Amino acid sequence: MTSVVNYFRSLLLGELLQGMGLTMRYMFRPKYTMRYPMEHIPKSNRFRGLHALRRYPNGEERCIACKLCEAVCPALAITIDSAPREDGSRRTTRYDIDLFKCIYCGFCEESCPVDSIVETHVHEYHFEHRGENVVTKPQLLAIGDRFEAEIAAARAQDAPYR
Amino acid sequence: MSAQPTQNAAPDLVNIEVDGKPIQVPKGSMIIEATDKAGIPIPRFCYHRKLPIAASCRQCLVEVEKMPKPTPACATPVMEGMKVFTRSEKALKAQRNVMEFLLINHPLDCPICDQGGECELQDLAMGYGRSVSRFTERKRVVADEDIGPLVATEMTRCIHCTRCVRFVGEIAGTHELGSMDRGDRHVIGTYIGKSIDSELSGNIIDVCPVGALTDKVFRFKARAWEMVARPSGAYHDALGSNLWLHTRRGEVLRVVPRDNEAVNECWLSDRDRYSHQGLGAADRATKPMVRRDGRWLETDWEDALGTVAARLGAFTGADIGALVQPSTSSEEGALIARLMRALGSVHFDHRLRTLDFAGAAGGVAFELPVAQMERVGAALLVGSDLRHEVPLLNHRLRQAWKRGAKVYAVNPARFDFNYELAGQFIAPPQKLVDELLVLAKAAAELGAAPADRALADALAAVQASDAARAAVKALKDASSALVLLGDAGARHPEASWLRAIARYIATATGSALNVLPDGANGVGLARVGVLPGQGGLDAQAMLAQPRRAYLLYGAEPPHDFADGAAAGLALQQAEFVVAFSAYADEALKRIAHVILPIGLTPEIDATLVNVDGTAQAFAAGARLPGDARPGWKVLRALGGLLKAPGFEFVTLAELRAEIAPALARAPQAIAPPLAARRAGAALARLATVPIYRADAVLRRCAALNAHPLARSVAVRLNAADAAARGLADGDRARLADGSTLPVAIDASVPAGAAWIEAAHAETAALPPYGAAIELTKA
Repeated sequence: MTSVVNYFRSLLLGELLQGMGLTMRYMFRPKYTMRYPMEHIPKSNRFRGLHALRRYPNGEERCIACKLCEAVCPALAITIDSAPREDGSRRTTRYDIDLFKCIYCGFCEESCPVDSIVETHVHEYHFEHRGENVVTKPQLLAIGDRFEAEIAAARAQDAPYR
Repeated sequence: MSAQPTQNAAPDLVNIEVDGKPIQVPKGSMIIEATDKAGIPIPRFCYHRKLPIAASCRQCLVEVEKMPKPTPACATPVMEGMKVFTRSEKALKAQRNVMEFLLINHPLDCPICDQGGECELQDLAMGYGRSVSRFTERKRVVADEDIGPLVATEMTRCIHCTRCVRFVGEIAGTHELGSMDRGDRHVIGTYIGKSIDSELSGNIIDVCPVGALTDKVFRFKARAWEMVARPSGAYHDALGSNLWLHTRRGEVLRVVPRDNEAVNECWLSDRDRYSHQGLGAADRATKPMVRRDGRWLETDWEDALGTVAARLGAFTGADIGALVQPSTSSEEGALIARLMRALGSVHFDHRLRTLDFAGAAGGVAFELPVAQMERVGAALLVGSDLRHEVPLLNHRLRQAWKRGAKVYAVNPARFDFNYELAGQFIAPPQKLVDELLVLAKAAAELGAAPADRALADALAAVQASDAARAAVKALKDASSALVLLGDAGARHPEASWLRAIARYIATATGSALNVLPDGANGVGLARVGVLPGQGGLDAQAMLAQPRRAYLLYGAEPPHDFADGAAAGLALQQAEFVVAFSAYADEALKRIAHVILPIGLTPEIDATLVNVDGTAQAFAAGARLPGDARPGWKVLRALGGLLKAPGFEFVTLAELRAEIAPALARAPQAIAPPLAARRAGAALARLATVPIYRADAVLRRCAALNAHPLARSVAVRLNAADAAARGLADGDRARLADGSTLPVAIDASVPAGAAWIEAAHAETAALPPYGAAIELTKA
């Protein structure tokens, strides 16, 4: 009896039609894929991408060279040299992050007492020459200046949970 | 279990019980000393084992059985059967409450504080502090004072433990810091807003438990956790203080003391603490350099050493002289001696600042060890500005003075001491021997006549004074007495007389005789034989009878020489000068033909022998700059090129094993016949080496040379001497060579002396110590 049922099932292409039906259903559903360079998937405000050094609204750099980020960095990607500035305040003379070493864990951001070093949502960047993987203090400050609005918004959004 | 007196307790011990653990401690000691010895931790801020007890921070409150309130462990003497609880509910509550009060006015600016990561308050706040402050009012702010180029202040962070006040008062002896006002207006400061002028001021950084006092040279440079601490030693005086080099990527960023009770206890002089600044001077020699056709060319080691070997080999041995800086390591010293002997020369010496070599045996250690100097009952300083010569030796004598010792001084000027001298015998350099003879006469009255004929004749002509008799009596009566011949005596043009008389006074009064060696490793260099061989010329004779070629080892002409002008002339006229030097400055480039860059003591493996005769081997702690190499490696390569015997060793350990017996051997003091006395000049130069210009490294330390102890160049004169020459304070005086110097009227200078400090650019080439000085108004 079972063999007779199986015979008619295969003769009438039931499984094929079942599969085609599934394909048909998905053809009219909204699509999951994105046309990547033109379209982006939404990102969490906690996304950890390229680093930036922030400034206060009056233009003063936030970083006070406490070196906690350098100490906490598990990949030893951060190198800081510090010295008194002309006005006697404690400042970095060098703030390098080696992006090849960085594992984007966000510990630097967590450890910063003044919210200076942050990881932005930027994850699309590349290097064309050897050595460009080390981003320096002016570069980090420039990234911070460029994305300050978004950085501030992301921190504000996360503030209740910190 | 209660602490019962046990049968076998020594009479001066008591039994106490701490947290249920029975311990025996000396009678009269404080609870905190007992717990420290037993390894039981008690939090504290104001207690420091080397400072008097203040009990001002109250952090060490503990519970003691039968006492109604918690009591400070640092100020409570132990008693038989006492039961102490350091971790009981009551004790912990008291400790936590004290911590909360301490943190009320502390700014909690740890991220920008240099003490962050090595802060006693930070550490203890982790254990005893609350996680959130209940204090919501405004915190106080304290205005900072500028207390000099060495110590940075941030007095808002101060918790008023008064360790610095007690250090400056009790150890440094300058009483420059104090507590002012009460309550929340209580501040620590100088009150008059002046800088701290002590030569030990850097130690207040170490004793400060918070970041109120920090290292100004090191300010904001690095964090405690980034640095590697390497044990090393000081090389600016013969005490050989033990220290830690705090290095990052091979660069010395800071220096802190390393405890050694026999040498420096837990202190360090500013000179040793801040001299690391000189390691990174702009004129450090980083590549071997050769002068060809009047032009300096940087070259490689092979070429430079080949040139040196070829040129030196072309001279006959007697034409070559070696002048060795007295802080050179013993290993290098031994190799220099071997190299010179292989070249056939006996002319090598390290006593560059000595003028009178007769009877200067060299290599003789202190008869009374440093650690026992603070127990002497009386001391006589002969020609010594000890505070500036060896700051921590002076500290030992100050401790003795605090215990009641009488300190006398026979000096060419009223040098500044941080204790009261029981008697001073001041005479200008040309009369210093006569002044000391008066004391010797008083000693002779005790009995034994001097063995030396010349000395006996000299004594017959003098009369003892009552002051001299009192001084000699104090030395004789003291259970332990000391005669110390300092640099101003040992470098005197009649040093052999001073040495012989000091020896005689010491013998007659039963005192020990301590003679300061020349430089940091004078003892070690003398023991490995960096002294003129049979028929060899000493450092002065080598300059007076110029050689055709010189080997200059670490010495910087003209500053490192007793007679800078003679050194400059002899070296300038030499056909070939090879300079083993850490620095290549313009002055050296004018006289040298080859400059071989060598490492300084912190950068190389070095054995230095200190005043006690203790050989201290230090390992290399810092990275060598550029192509510089340790001196012993350079010498070994040069010895190899010259096929000299004694250079077959492969490792430094082999060399050290070879020289170890020599370093341990104390030579016998020799007493040659005394030379005839020199005729005195009307006005003689007193040339002391300023504390922060003693060697090439120190002369390159900006912070030290900005310190008030580094005085500006001047001719310091007695008011009468100045008036006789028509000079007033601030005038410029013209010297015989045509140069001019500002005049300073100084009451500490006796009549007949012109105190012109050595080792300055303006003064290095002037007539040496004791020479006649002609002054006219410019």
